[in-house]
Order: sequence, then C-alpha cells, then structure tokens
Amino acid sequence: MLHEVLRFWVHVALLVGVVAITASSAVMADEPVIQITAKKFEYSLRTLTLKKGVPVVLELTALDRVHGFNLPDFGVRTDVVPGKVTRIRFTPDKTGEFVFFCDVFCGEGHEEMSGVLTVTD
Amino acid sequence: MDNKIDRRQFLKLTGLGGVVFASGLSGWAHAAKKSGQDEFYFVQLSDTHWGFNGPKVNPDAANTLKKAVAAVNALEQAPDFVVFTGDLTHTTDDPKLRRARMAEFRDIVSALKIKEVRFMPGEHDASLDRGEAYQEFFGKLNYTFDHKGVHFIVLDNVSDPGASIGEVQLAWLKQDLKQMRQDAPIVVLTHRPLFDLYPQWDWATRDGAAAIELLMPYKNVTVFYGHIHQEHHHQTGHIAHHAAQSLIFPLPVAGSVPKRAPLPWDPEQPYKGIGFRSVEADVKDAYYKIAERPMAKG
Repeated sequence: MLHEVLRFWVHVALLVGVVAITASSAVMADEPVIQITAKKFEYSLRTLTLKKGVPVVLELTALDRVHGFNLPDFGVRTDVVPGKVTRIRFTPDKTGEFVFFCDVFCGEGHEEMSGVLTVTD
Repeated sequence: MDNKIDRRQFLKLTGLGGVVFASGLSGWAHAAKKSGQDEFYFVQLSDTHWGFNGPKVNPDAANTLKKAVAAVNALEQAPDFVVFTGDLTHTTDDPKLRRARMAEFRDIVSALKIKEVRFMPGEHDASLDRGEAYQEFFGKLNYTFDHKGVHFIVLDNVSDPGASIGEVQLAWLKQDLKQMRQDAPIVVLTHRPLFDLYPQWDWATRDGAAAIELLMPYKNVTVFYGHIHQEHHHQTGHIAHHAAQSLIFPLPVAGSVPKRAPLPWDPEQPYKGIGFRSVEADVKDAYYKIAERPMAKG
C-alpha cells in the first residue's frame, strides 16, 4: 500500500514537472525570438521566413482587442490578448509557404488579417 | 394545402439548369419504393450578406436578396419552409448599422410567401457582439424543431468569435440527442462546416469534432451549412455535410488560389456561382435530394 501511494505521488510530481515546462514563458538564450503585434486588421509582420528544423519563439501581443494567431499547417494557434505577451515555441518541420491568420472575428476587416510564413531549407 | 409532391414533379420544379445531388443511406436504390407519403421539401438560402458593397464582386448587391425572395415565391409548388443558414447581413463595426441591416433584411424576407422561415446566425451577424443584435431580430441562436418526423437541430458555431460551439451548447446537444432513437432522421443546420474543410481559410469549427462525435451514434444524420459560398459535399463516416452557394458572391475552391477572396463578377455570366437550393426530404429513408438553383440566367 505504501509503495502504491509513493508511486502515485511520484507520478503527480512528474506530471506537474511536465506541465511546468510546457507552460514556461521563459526564452532560452540561444533561441531566435520574433515579436509580432496584432491590431485591427493586420499583424506587424505580413511575411515571416524561418529555417526548417530551427526552433523559434514567437512573442505575440495585441494592441487593441483580442485577436487570434492560427498557423494550422503546424498546429499552432493562440489567442493574442492586449497587455499580455503570449509565447509560442515551435520548430518548422517542412518547407514551403503557409498562411497564418486571425481566427478570432475582430471586425469589418477581419478576413484580411493574415500573413505568410515561408520555411526554407 | 398539403405540400406532398412526387419525385418527377420535384425534378420538374427544381432541376431546371441545376444539379441534383442525392444524399442519404438509402440512395436511389429505394426510389421505387416511395409511396409519396412522408415527403416534403424545403429551401436553403445562405450567406446573403445584406449590406455588402463591392461592385466588382456583385454590382447588383442591392437587389440580389430581393431577386432570391422573388425566385422562391415563384416556385411552382411552395416549399414547406425556408431556412437561412447564416451571414444574413454583412458585418459592420457599427452596432447601429448592424441593426439597421438586420431590420432591412427582415423587411425584405418578410415578402416570402412561405410563412415558416427559419434563421440562424453567421459570424458576420453575431461574432462581434456574441449574437446580441441577432437575437433582438431573429430569436434564439440555437434551437430545435420537428417537421414531419425529421428532427432539425440548429447549431450556433459563430456567436463565439473564436468559432467554437462551446461546452454549454454541446451539453445541450447531448441532452437533446438523448431523447432520439438511434435511427431517427436528424438534420443539423449550421453556418460553418463542422469538420475541418480547410482550416487555412478558417473553414472549420474549432470544436466541431465534438459535435460530430455526439451525432455519430445516430444512423441518419445530415448536415446543411453555408459559410464557404459554394456547393460542397463531404462525408464524416456516415454523416453527410452539404454546403450551399451564397446569395451575394462565390468564393474559390479551397486551396485553389493563395488567398481566399470573392470571385469577380463576370459580366458575360451575371450571377454565376450565386444561388440557393431545394432539398427534398424522404422521411422514411432519411434520404435527401438536393437541387441547386442558380440565379444565373441561361
């Protein structure tokens, strides 16, 4: 019984550790960081070029209202909230051109709020 | 007046220049068994975007909805009901203008001779104020109704600006489905595709898979929706999904061009890609025959 209880708490500890790493907003020193702001109805970067296999951190914030950032080809999406920096860490694993767009309906020009990510070898 | 029609008559009414598409588990194999009972038809209009202004895309935008109403009224046999699957109005940041457009839309469609008219919102109607103005004019965002043995479920996947159905509504759907037999004919009406048609163009519902999972145990489910401004047919397992054309402008086929943008108006073929559809329902076999009705002449 004692063994089972101990094993349970080890699992809990491991789980907490995993969650902590995933939710960490810290940026490692050698990671490229790209800052993007969002406002009606554009991102500060309309085009973005990254290297395949090179991890990157996107730092997103909104200037006016809640927007979204969706890069479906890489399974990346987040809300982008005023007054808060949202960090997304991902590694492009394929080359090509991929659209990113706002997926939180934000007004008359919402459907124009998009950009293109180019991933090169 | 009873609106029962036979198959030949329906084709005569709806097939002129259009495409007839059959959907359902039984398909044409059962056509010979039809008795003419338990049949009805309805008309689906979608994405009318009242208030849109873009002469290069639709120089007749101020008249398109009125012409569609006239076309429905001119049907030789009246449908049992008409349903608008969202984006009744074109979005605006101005709440007063939003309400003015909704009032104008409501006035125009009040000319429909068919008195049973069902509405649901699109993101253009409801995403900026979580459906507040929409509800003032058209009522609930999600609801059910029954018609001649078919259970219709109207799902709202737009009043959340992030295009989610949401846990509350999913729980409501689960509860509603609990009362249904597993072989009951069920039709879901919604605006966005419930499946990932093309997420790169936001043609999806964020938690649409959860709704499909709830519907999956039911054998006879068909989904009619709008949003993508073109006819489209897709299966998720045994569930058929049918997107309707728009009544303002067509959009390109998913992924066919780099950017999702309205297709330009073709003066040689006015109204090309714009239209509505008729749906003949055979209740007994949960079988639907769809006839596209283009607004283009010739």
